[in-house]
Amino acid sequence: MDVLTENFSLYGKGFLGTVQLTVYASLLALALGFLMASFRVAPVGALRVLGTVWVTVLRNTPLTLLFFAVLLGLPRFGLVLPFQVFAVIALGCYTSAFICEVLRSGINTVPTGQGEAARSLGMSFGRTLAAVVLPQAFRSVIPPVGSTLIALAKNSAIAGAFSVTELLGTYKTLNELGYSIIWSFIWIAVGYLIITLTISALFTVMEKRWGVAR
Amino acid sequence: MTKTRTRAPSAPEATALYDIPGPVARRRHRLYGIAATVLIAALLGWIVFLLFDTDQFTAQKWTPFEYKGIQELLLRGLGNTLKAFAYAAVLSLALGAVLAVGRLSEHRVLRWLSTVLVEFFRAMPVLVMIFFIFVALKVQPLPALVAGLTLYNGSVLAEVFRTGINSVDRGQREAAYALGMRKTQVTTFVLAPQAIRAMLPTIISQLVVALKDTSLGYLITYEEFLHAGKLIASNLDYDLPFIPVVMVISPIYIGLCMLLSWFATWVAKRERRNLKTRAAGVGPAEPGTLLPGGQ
Repeated sequence: MDVLTENFSLYGKGFLGTVQLTVYASLLALALGFLMASFRVAPVGALRVLGTVWVTVLRNTPLTLLFFAVLLGLPRFGLVLPFQVFAVIALGCYTSAFICEVLRSGINTVPTGQGEAARSLGMSFGRTLAAVVLPQAFRSVIPPVGSTLIALAKNSAIAGAFSVTELLGTYKTLNELGYSIIWSFIWIAVGYLIITLTISALFTVMEKRWGVAR
Repeated sequence: MTKTRTRAPSAPEATALYDIPGPVARRRHRLYGIAATVLIAALLGWIVFLLFDTDQFTAQKWTPFEYKGIQELLLRGLGNTLKAFAYAAVLSLALGAVLAVGRLSEHRVLRWLSTVLVEFFRAMPVLVMIFFIFVALKVQPLPALVAGLTLYNGSVLAEVFRTGINSVDRGQREAAYALGMRKTQVTTFVLAPQAIRAMLPTIISQLVVALKDTSLGYLITYEEFLHAGKLIASNLDYDLPFIPVVMVISPIYIGLCMLLSWFATWVAKRERRNLKTRAAGVGPAEPGTLLPGGQ
């Protein structure tokens, strides 16, 4: 118990680091995932190939390897950024492949007839997309996007091992200060549970409000 | 709409997004296609230029891969990765089976205990468990890595097994009980064989996760593939061949995972044609199961 109260600021910093990493990487993953999903359903062959390659490669890349390549490799090209930004890039790109697949299958759940009906009413492509297809797709992707983002939050622990300020990394400092390792890990675990349960609660609320009635 | 409409062979499945393109739209798409190809080619060209510009293809950086010692180092690393994967795969399948049996048990205590275990280990980041075992329990790197992977993947597999067994058609179970079989007999002779056949693709995709996550061993100084790469990359004698190492390691690593993923897809395709799987309808892997730490 003392471990938490005496090192509250240290834990707080690590916790905030994980939250920041999760939020920024989620935004990047959602944006990139959306872009790649739109590539994968595009009527243009070259873009479809790009989207497919992106998803296939990233889904089969060990995240540690990606972190290794991005955090230690990109600086070799003269691109020097804070480690935290690199971590967001690695996590975001990795998760975008999963988000892409979720969004694509969400779009595919919208019956073809919906789009055909919209077009026969004279709606333009943009209106069809904005008023008919995407609202329906959005409803069905809420739960899987939620579980993907929970996985992202858990994966952010890897960033800690690459010296980004983050919850898991706090154990090192505590260990050096001579606190009980077991208890410091218990509080780290509690921190992760708070984050993942919050995301899960958030998506449950969204699902209740907008989800498909089943 | 009928299935007879003509479509370019590589076109995606019909979605609600687009109509079947006419000649004008097809011409436009071709233009977009050419523009996109040029852009992608330019991007790739720029990356290759950057590689040359930062001297990644100098002989000094690539010669180490010709040395026998370095090749052996890499092979040993790959062997260690595969060893960790083999242990983790077998043990997590066993743990998954045990936990699934626990969750399906008629004894409340057993059911409750395995539910708590499964939920807890699925909610924790794998790396936190691996670090906990490695740092707090002071275990050697390989057992720590294998234990962490086993706990996580075993819990996920337990859920897969449980849903698989529960999704076997109810009539199968009822018929078996009606023949006078005991619960154990029903599960082992009737439910499990059908369930496993239907779950196989999902199980293999979960093993891909385990294979990918063996790379976490790098973070606890287990001498696996990435660790071998790091050793070569940080060698000053070869002018820190970091990018060459990544260019050698990642195709092998990603290729291994892809091979296993393709195997899962192949099994799934084959199973779909198989009459024996009709009784159990296990859906495709739940979204997110491919992620380490996915639900």
